[in-house]
Amino acid sequence: MNYKSEVMSTGTVTTPVKTKAPGEGLFSAKNRKLIYDPLNDNNPITVQVLGICSALAVTVKMKPSIVMAISVVVVCAFSNLIISIIRNSIPNRIRIIVQLTVVAGMVIIVDQFLKAFVFDVSKQLSVFVGLIITNCIIMGRLEAYAMSNKPWPSFLDGIGNGLGYGLILIIVSIVRELFGSGELMGTRIIPESVYKMGYFNNSLVIMPPMALIVVGVIIWIQRSRNRKLIESK
Amino acid sequence: MHKDSNKATFLFSSGMVVVIAIMLSVTAITLAPYQAKNIRIEKMRNILTSVSIDAKFKDAEKLFEKYIIKQVVLNNKGEEVSGSTKAFDIDLKKEMDKAKTRNQDKQLFPLFVCSKEGKSLFIIPVRGKGLWGPIWGYIALEGDMNTVYGVSFGHKSETPGLGAEIETEKFQNEFTGKKIFDESGKFVSVKVIKGGTDPSNPYGVDAVSGATVTSDGVTEMLERTLGNYIPYFKKAKQ
Repeated sequence: MNYKSEVMSTGTVTTPVKTKAPGEGLFSAKNRKLIYDPLNDNNPITVQVLGICSALAVTVKMKPSIVMAISVVVVCAFSNLIISIIRNSIPNRIRIIVQLTVVAGMVIIVDQFLKAFVFDVSKQLSVFVGLIITNCIIMGRLEAYAMSNKPWPSFLDGIGNGLGYGLILIIVSIVRELFGSGELMGTRIIPESVYKMGYFNNSLVIMPPMALIVVGVIIWIQRSRNRKLIESK
Repeated sequence: MHKDSNKATFLFSSGMVVVIAIMLSVTAITLAPYQAKNIRIEKMRNILTSVSIDAKFKDAEKLFEKYIIKQVVLNNKGEEVSGSTKAFDIDLKKEMDKAKTRNQDKQLFPLFVCSKEGKSLFIIPVRGKGLWGPIWGYIALEGDMNTVYGVSFGHKSETPGLGAEIETEKFQNEFTGKKIFDESGKFVSVKVIKGGTDPSNPYGVDAVSGATVTSDGVTEMLERTLGNYIPYFKKAKQ
């Protein structure tokens, strides 16, 4: 089946963006930008406001957040890569189904690995690993990037967006675990003597609404420092 | 053949499904032994939790060897069955299905004997239905085979904040000290009572508010499963 030479038919929502000119290096400035852009200027959580749901749910402790971040990086990078490789042969009418199947397959594989090697964390994350499928970041990147770009830049774009998501997740979880349980990675950070002086763990921090407030504060700090994000009136 | 033709669409989706299916099967088969080991360890931890031993993932196997001194398999007349099946390997779901198909006389009931701080405790695995899926647990009885020493419950998919509360220590601690036989020696089990009960009531605990079906499930699970062990208790007490 050789339809690679054929032009993509109508109905695509995305506008093709050319990123890699022939002869460009693997880590050229453009490709590096794919990794670090989502960390700050185009962060999926704080700028695009995607994937908030799981960011609220899994950030009570640092360890599950890190595992979740790694899982999303893996799923996002590899589904981007796979979709980008087969992008020219995906029939347009069923492209969302194809994307969904690839993402679902990746998520199940990741879930199986977690169950085999980090069973206790996998139990804590429970349903949220499965829900990576519905994480808007992943489908968003597939539609907006992988469907119209070459495999290598798509792979980097997946890693970048996964990391951008993971970065926020880990920052939120540090705040929540430190003030909610006085621990980091399960090790006591706030010494016993402070508790004796009348300090209490803030149980509000453990509740999901507090994660939203922390994300809000991060957005506020980021916008006040990053000139590019300030909208012109 | 145009890639958007019906034929191409059909071929593409069939091919994709086959490829993904192969990938998933390979992963599942390769990782199955590791997962099975984790599930065994988790089961040991749950059994130990019912007798208030907090086992970490790493040392659960050692602690299980140390505290669980005997595993017994019983038939429905309360007699010990000496066979090749170990109590630990009995699948409660299969045993429950035997009751449905009127094979009660073939049912096997596992029982674990634990020795902790010089006391013998009897640990009974229980299994029943919650609102969304199965619930299960372990109930530990003291040497008199009447007083509850502790319980641990688990569930597959009960509602977080409602039915899932049966997994919390707060709910499980309520069971400690309750009795399953009344003063005249009649089996009454421990009931989960909707609307609350006096903490001094020896045969009931407070239900989780809003989780009626799960609470009833726990009551039913305890009554039915413990009921299976009555012949054994009666023999052992004589």
